[in-house]
Amino acid sequence: MSRNAKINTLLLVIVAALAVLPLALGLGDHKEEPFTGADGEAETAITEIKPDYEPWFSPLYEPPSGEIESALFSLQAALGAGVLAYYFGLHRGRRQGELRALAQRDVRVATAADGASDEPGGSGESGESGESGVSGVSAHERA
Amino acid sequence: MHIAEGFLPPAHAVAWGVASAPFVVHGVRSLTREVREHPESTLLLGASGAFTFVLSALKLPSVTGSCSHPTGTGLGAILFRPPIMAVLGTITLLFQALLLAHGGLTTLGANVFSMAIVGPWAGYGVYRLLRRYAVPLMVAVFFGAFVADLSTYCVTSVQLALAFPDPSSGFLGALAKFGSIFAVTQIPLAVSEGLLTVFVMRLLAQSSKGELSRLGVLVADRKTTTGTEAVAR
Repeated sequence: MSRNAKINTLLLVIVAALAVLPLALGLGDHKEEPFTGADGEAETAITEIKPDYEPWFSPLYEPPSGEIESALFSLQAALGAGVLAYYFGLHRGRRQGELRALAQRDVRVATAADGASDEPGGSGESGESGESGVSGVSAHERA
Repeated sequence: MHIAEGFLPPAHAVAWGVASAPFVVHGVRSLTREVREHPESTLLLGASGAFTFVLSALKLPSVTGSCSHPTGTGLGAILFRPPIMAVLGTITLLFQALLLAHGGLTTLGANVFSMAIVGPWAGYGVYRLLRRYAVPLMVAVFFGAFVADLSTYCVTSVQLALAFPDPSSGFLGALAKFGSIFAVTQIPLAVSEGLLTVFVMRLLAQSSKGELSRLGVLVADRKTTTGTEAVAR
């Protein structure tokens, strides 16, 4: 594994550890309902401070169950992850394509240079020298 | 940081909406200009929005025994400057308000103000400050994202304390209460967000060198590498 990949893996491992440790260490045990959302706790705190407060507007659409809600949350994460994966995949492919094109050009330049040194006075064009190289090889094989 | 639908008194809801609107309008202008002048950056803009989408959907457990989520706004603010994140953050918050009943339309202004305006600006400010003092890029990115995340939740605490001051201890008492719910929970999550932003920035530095140089993120680093290359030659 390259140094780069090691650092990236380490970053992800720390993030995973930060998420798992509170669960593993039972840091939610002191609560009646461990690991509820902070947003919900804030609502509770509001009703503690101002018991007569009534929300004056309700959501236009509310997911009918926890399952539907978690489905929509995963949809949100999946959409984001999909776009990110597309971005990085596209760029990786482009870079590989560029590298391949560069490598092919190098090969062509090299064979052109070979052709030019083998046959002084020849045209030295890549296509022709390539073909003559191939025919030369086949001639050797026939002999 | 999502203040639930209807949980801000009407006057507060309107005030935060009025405060947020100019930032979002300005952001839409910046975004259209960016796309018109640099159509090639559309993909990276999409990726920055996608990062916010993913991170704000991830509810993670924290040391306080409750769950909260990162915001993902630091990355886009560092790459494209904060006005653009005002738009991308608002889109994310609208998605959650309309489909997930998470946050709300009446509290959209307040939520946009914390997550899509103050967070990106605070994170971007810290990032620029650290860069000015020649702090390494990835360290500056970490603290930029960390501050963008944490400041968002601090603003939410202030917003709620302003709307619901404690009957006995007043604004400060309520701030301590909401702060302990939001800000303390958020500290480890802000660390996670900083690390994830560094992770994505490292991938970007590999895959999109040209784009990051154009955006000014990699400028200093490119100078140093060309410097060392010149020395090597």
